[in-house]
Amino acid sequence: MLKSKHLIGLENFPVSDLNKIIDTSFKFKEILESPSRKAILLKGKTIVNMFFENSTRTKISFTLAEKRLGADSINFSTSTSSVKKGETLKDTIQNIDAMKIDGAVIRHGHPGSALKLTEYIDGAVINAGDGSHEHPTQAILDMVTLKEKFGKIKNLKVGIVGDILNSRVARSDIFALKKLGAQIVVCGPSTLLPSNAGQLGINVTHNIDEVLGWCDVVIGLRIQLERMHLGRIPSKREYHSEFGLTYERISKLKKDIVIMHPGPMNRGVEIDSKIADSENAVILDQVLNGVASRMSILYLLLADKSEQI
Amino acid sequence: MIRNKSAKKLLLKGGRIIDPFSKKTFIGDMLIENGIISNIADSISYRGKNYNVVDCKGLIVTHGFCDIHVHFREPGAEDKENLKSGSTAAIAGGFTQVCTMPNTDPTIDTPEHVHYIKSKSSKLPVEIFPIGAISKNLQGEHLTEMMLMKKNGAIAFTDDGMPIQNPQFMSLALRYAKMINVPILNHSEDVHLRNDGVMNASKTSSNLGLKGNSSLAEAMMVYRDLLLASSTGSRLHILHVSTKLAVDLIKQFKKNDGLITSEVSPHHLYFTDEDIDEFNTNLKVGPPIRGKADRKKLIEGIKSGLIDCIATDHAPHTIEDKETTFNDAAFGMIGLESCFGAVNKVLVKNNGMSLKSLIEKLTVNPRKVMNIKSDLFQIGEKAQVTIFDANEKWAFSRKDIYSKSSNSPFLGEEMVGKIKYVVSKSKIYTL
Repeated sequence: MLKSKHLIGLENFPVSDLNKIIDTSFKFKEILESPSRKAILLKGKTIVNMFFENSTRTKISFTLAEKRLGADSINFSTSTSSVKKGETLKDTIQNIDAMKIDGAVIRHGHPGSALKLTEYIDGAVINAGDGSHEHPTQAILDMVTLKEKFGKIKNLKVGIVGDILNSRVARSDIFALKKLGAQIVVCGPSTLLPSNAGQLGINVTHNIDEVLGWCDVVIGLRIQLERMHLGRIPSKREYHSEFGLTYERISKLKKDIVIMHPGPMNRGVEIDSKIADSENAVILDQVLNGVASRMSILYLLLADKSEQI
Repeated sequence: MIRNKSAKKLLLKGGRIIDPFSKKTFIGDMLIENGIISNIADSISYRGKNYNVVDCKGLIVTHGFCDIHVHFREPGAEDKENLKSGSTAAIAGGFTQVCTMPNTDPTIDTPEHVHYIKSKSSKLPVEIFPIGAISKNLQGEHLTEMMLMKKNGAIAFTDDGMPIQNPQFMSLALRYAKMINVPILNHSEDVHLRNDGVMNASKTSSNLGLKGNSSLAEAMMVYRDLLLASSTGSRLHILHVSTKLAVDLIKQFKKNDGLITSEVSPHHLYFTDEDIDEFNTNLKVGPPIRGKADRKKLIEGIKSGLIDCIATDHAPHTIEDKETTFNDAAFGMIGLESCFGAVNKVLVKNNGMSLKSLIEKLTVNPRKVMNIKSDLFQIGEKAQVTIFDANEKWAFSRKDIYSKSSNSPFLGEEMVGKIKYVVSKSKIYTL
């Protein structure tokens, strides 16, 4: 099925595995759009969803993907678990593993937590976001959305705008896009860009109009409002004025560009409502593709060889 | 009031024209029509023409000076100075452009405040470039909207008067400003090490029983700022360098890329802390007037070009602010009107600097620091011209002051070199 046993990050993920997941996602999308919406390919498999950090769409997306595949899934979140009683990550996970699970989906605030998990459990580990490190399933659903929209990713001009420094989505998107041959320009205030951006082999600009004039598609990132209190951006107003995907900016472009956003959005800060809800926005397609992509990932990592889609 | 006339048809006749941008010097004439330079030549005939001819024989005709460090106190302390009185003082000093500091009340920390200064100053005799605050209310915690402020006319950013102590915040500010290619100006002083000092920490401060502000307070912060700016590749301008230590550090870090710049104030070049022997509060200033070795190093630094420019740090205070004990007196002194006579005396007459070099430090160099156009003697350019007698000796007195305040330690000092005329914003001012 795949060369990889886990999906921890895309930086070192084989491109053949990445392409296989993307291609298979389209098959699952067909299934999701069919009347049954199900493909019982993971019958008898147990998956635990461990969310140490809040999540709406990723958690629901994984849960739904697991149900559509007929797996048994268990949800675990910090607020209702023994983590609150002081149990260590290692103990929590080994206890869960002792209950014989086939796969684990983990969201955690610390970079490296998903990789750490692979040391403690036998099953497949899927990273659903580890701090500011990676969010590979989001990047995969973004690739599926791009491929669906453009037919290919090679040479596609992709602008990524926002808090690149703290964004796991940006990192995973950049790794995936580079593997697949897209051109990337990142844009944001200098205080929210990695100081070594040049070394990552990507172009950097602080001029959003330049990016919008160049790109085929722009990925807007959520600006975490707490960054303002850390002094990295002065105000919502300045951010919106200088880096926002505003109607004023986008409507004056001489071409159509596709608008993506991983959510949750701060409407009126990084993106205007008029843009988020416009015809060129594929933000809700991304959500449905998220379920299809996660079905594809779970299937390829966990299904028995006999289970053919 | 300074007498002024419209520069509708103005012929500056027979002066020594020194153009510090093209580095050309020649005896010649300059014709200004409707405030615009329309001709510069060895000789321009005025026969049959209705020109206002100004005899510049024996005088130097050069670019209008630019002071990148003035406090005009508006809004909030208009009893000390306002934009209008400050502008008149600037004209008296030969300045046609000034950059105003943001530590007013309220602080110039929003685009709206910048816009206020810009619009309020549009009709004044000199061009005013507001400098915006780096942090909201000069608290050193939250960045201001630098991008929007720049769009409204802010030329640079500083928390002058409230040195930024948090190095992480300073680093963020440098990076944010780099994005819009404007300099960060820091009043580099460690407030803990400053230790509430009211004058330079020295033998004099010990003898007078006054609390000393050590050179280290400046040097430590200059070093920090140089390290931070070098690592981020940002533009850093060090305000009012006062110590030998700081000059040595700048020498270590300054490269040819124009990213690191600095200024020195006339009072630091002119006085030493030994002049404070009678608790003269007009000599109380931050950073303090330093010792002989510091002064010598500053003179060397400005002569060699290591220090880029001269800036007055014109800081008006009321009589009440200064007519008190040295401890209680406010920091700062006015400096626009006395600038040229003082620096020309110290640098050119007493320390062998060339007049052309001094002119650069008052014209081209400060404009470069601030990204202000410095190629002024072009046909079609709005005339900004300062005309002075380089050798006239005179004593600086109250009648020479146009500022609302008169807190100057130069009162009674003999000056060398006197401003005679200034052309600015379509008018000629006769001093």
